[in-house]
Amino acid sequence: MKLHRAEEIWLIIGIGIIALSMVITGYQAFAQGMAPPSGMETIDPQKVDQTTPFDNPGIFEIGENEYEVVMILQAFSFTPNEIEVPVGSTVHFTMTSRDVVHGFQVAGTNINAMVTPGHIQKISQTFDKPGEYLVLCNEYCGVGHQMMSTTITVK
Amino acid sequence: MELVKEKPFGKMQQALGVNPKDARLSLTYFTVSFIALLIGGFLGLFQGLNRAGLMELPTWFDYYQTLTTHGILLVLVFTTTFVIGYFYAGISHTMGGLLPKVRKFGWTAFGLLVIGVVFVATTVAMGNASVMYTFYPPMQATPLFYIGLVFLVVGIWIAAFGVFINVANWRRNHKGQHIPLLSFFATGVFVLLVLGSIGVTIEVLMLIPWSLGWTETINVMLSRTLFWSFGHTLVNIWYLTAISAWYVAVPKIIGGKLFSDAITRLVVILLVILNIPGGFHHQIVDPGITEGWKFIHVFMSLSIGFPSMMTAFAMFAVFERAGRRKGAKGLLDWFKKLPWGDVRFLAPFIAMVAFIPAGAGGIAQTNNQLNQVVHNSLWIVGHFHLTLGVTVALTFFGITYWLIPYLSKRKLTPKINKLGIIQTIIWTIGMTFMSGAMHLVGLLGSPRRTSYTTYGDNATALSWDPYLIFLAVGGTFLIVGVVLMVYIVVNLMFFAPKGNTEFPIGEPEADVLSTPKWTERWGTIIILLILIVAMGYVMPLTDILNVPGSPPFRTW
Ligand code: HEM
Ligand SMILES: [Cu+2]
Ligand SMILES: [Cu+2]
Repeated sequence: MKLHRAEEIWLIIGIGIIALSMVITGYQAFAQGMAPPSGMETIDPQKVDQTTPFDNPGIFEIGENEYEVVMILQAFSFTPNEIEVPVGSTVHFTMTSRDVVHGFQVAGTNINAMVTPGHIQKISQTFDKPGEYLVLCNEYCGVGHQMMSTTITVK
Repeated sequence: MELVKEKPFGKMQQALGVNPKDARLSLTYFTVSFIALLIGGFLGLFQGLNRAGLMELPTWFDYYQTLTTHGILLVLVFTTTFVIGYFYAGISHTMGGLLPKVRKFGWTAFGLLVIGVVFVATTVAMGNASVMYTFYPPMQATPLFYIGLVFLVVGIWIAAFGVFINVANWRRNHKGQHIPLLSFFATGVFVLLVLGSIGVTIEVLMLIPWSLGWTETINVMLSRTLFWSFGHTLVNIWYLTAISAWYVAVPKIIGGKLFSDAITRLVVILLVILNIPGGFHHQIVDPGITEGWKFIHVFMSLSIGFPSMMTAFAMFAVFERAGRRKGAKGLLDWFKKLPWGDVRFLAPFIAMVAFIPAGAGGIAQTNNQLNQVVHNSLWIVGHFHLTLGVTVALTFFGITYWLIPYLSKRKLTPKINKLGIIQTIIWTIGMTFMSGAMHLVGLLGSPRRTSYTTYGDNATALSWDPYLIFLAVGGTFLIVGVVLMVYIVVNLMFFAPKGNTEFPIGEPEADVLSTPKWTERWGTIIILLILIVAMGYVMPLTDILNVPGSPPFRTW
């Protein structure tokens, strides 16, 4: 088996692209803390309401301009909903599902996470621009899936 | 093929053309395939019109029933029946006929697949299984749905074992020879089908007792992971099938020669070995998988890019050489010498071109952070209508123009060839509109698997509407393409003039180097595959083996 010179160059470019995207993705993930949401904690999906912190879902100020939102997703709503935070705040979402698999997405941001029953999922975001953000479920979860939405108001 | 003459297979042997019994088997598979395309295509149109806000779907067959059926018909039925019909014909042709036993395997597999599809389709139509083709628990369909899936899997396995038996038999009778290239692809594809479906089989075998109420809960994360070990493998099975036609048939069609037998086999081996752990790129924003493993799996997914780059090079090399053989001079003159008016070339050519943006999009979205931007948005749907809907579907259509007349002992007339060109162009325009609109609106955040909604006249959601109109426009072109294609298939099966059509198998260049022996060592290849799967899966699986289980829900 022999490769042509041109093919060798072409394949080295290929390896280069693969290596470069690994480097960038790895750098962003581990040096800049931008890795995708990967909550590892588990929870009994049948006891969500009795398990802290989900026995008390809501918005909590945990520092200067820093909030934690403890959220339960269920067919077909988010609890709490219609969240409001000041401009510039960093929000840490801690989420689980009470029933089926849902998706948590905020249009216009990079918030995008699967929320599966049995796991606690976490994702954070700093809201620098004021406005009303559309929150929606992006995993099919039943007949009312297209209605499962709420908003985050940043002002 | 000269090989045919060497060791007679007994009575199945025919000097010219295909054994009629083998032909009937493959044609029957293709019939089901194109019925699935026809029905699935119309359902796709309804979805497109609905998402643009132009059409409301009835409550007795709502958006999610439609989408579940569209997905299953096109992802599972259209592709699987095509792949089996094509490779059974390919093996019959390159190995001198199917063994009678193998033909029986083919028919048994067909029967099981049909039973499976009937179970699955009926339960969805009755509203008892609106769970999408991914059937993520803890949504729970009726047990008959999962039992239907078992029939499908067993059908696929039997078809695969038929292939293995035929190949093993040929090898026994042709000691020291390489199996014909097309059969080599077939072996790779069916090895992947069998090994890749083990995960989903385990999943379904856990879902059945759960759906019958014998077990109370199900492990959601484990199920998803097992599903995608299969779901992703399926993608590479289509891909491998499509490129088998690019490497083997297209060179002959354009009057060229094979690129390189050895490198082609290496591409097959790489795709088979590297593929299965790629499934994790469907779970990049899932909980339960660590950041470290997600990063390692970026490599597993990207490594598939390497054989794809080899393929891109090979194709253009074949084109250039074929053009120069026809007297092309200068740098790009060979491009003009390609047979643009021959649909058997045009369709797979556009399929290849589509893979350039499709592959680039795939490379981008498998990088973790970028995936987070597009996961579960319409971008993804745009991506797989490019890969599956153009690269795979147009290659399959391209195969149809010669394989069906070859099997039905008819001829592709200039008129049907022209209609085929029109079909190809309409399909390309339709998919460009639809997939383009999906990509763009997905970037803005519009989710997939969601019927028409403005989320209570939310301004952001309303701003997506113009794009969704283009989605519907694309869908309208496409349905014309579907109807044309089915018309062409019916013509080639039953009405085209009688005659002998060639099964195009490219021949090696004169000065070719011999193919190394190790390419035939399937035992080693399978062991390597299993090792890579183990490396990719064992650790992540231990993390999710003990997730607290979920009771069933029926949310539709
Ligand atoms: C007439 C042609 C077609 C049209 C108009 C069409 C349209 C659509 C639309 C609008 C969606 C759903 C978007 C959503 O809400 O998520 C969809 C989903 C899908 N389509 Fe098509 N499509 C067509 C052909 C095809 C073909 C040829 C294939 C494959 C060979 C295909 C495979 C799929 C798959 C796998 C899904 C995803 C199903 C799911 O998310 O569960 N489609 N299609
Ligand atoms: Cu949902
Ligand atoms: Cu995949």
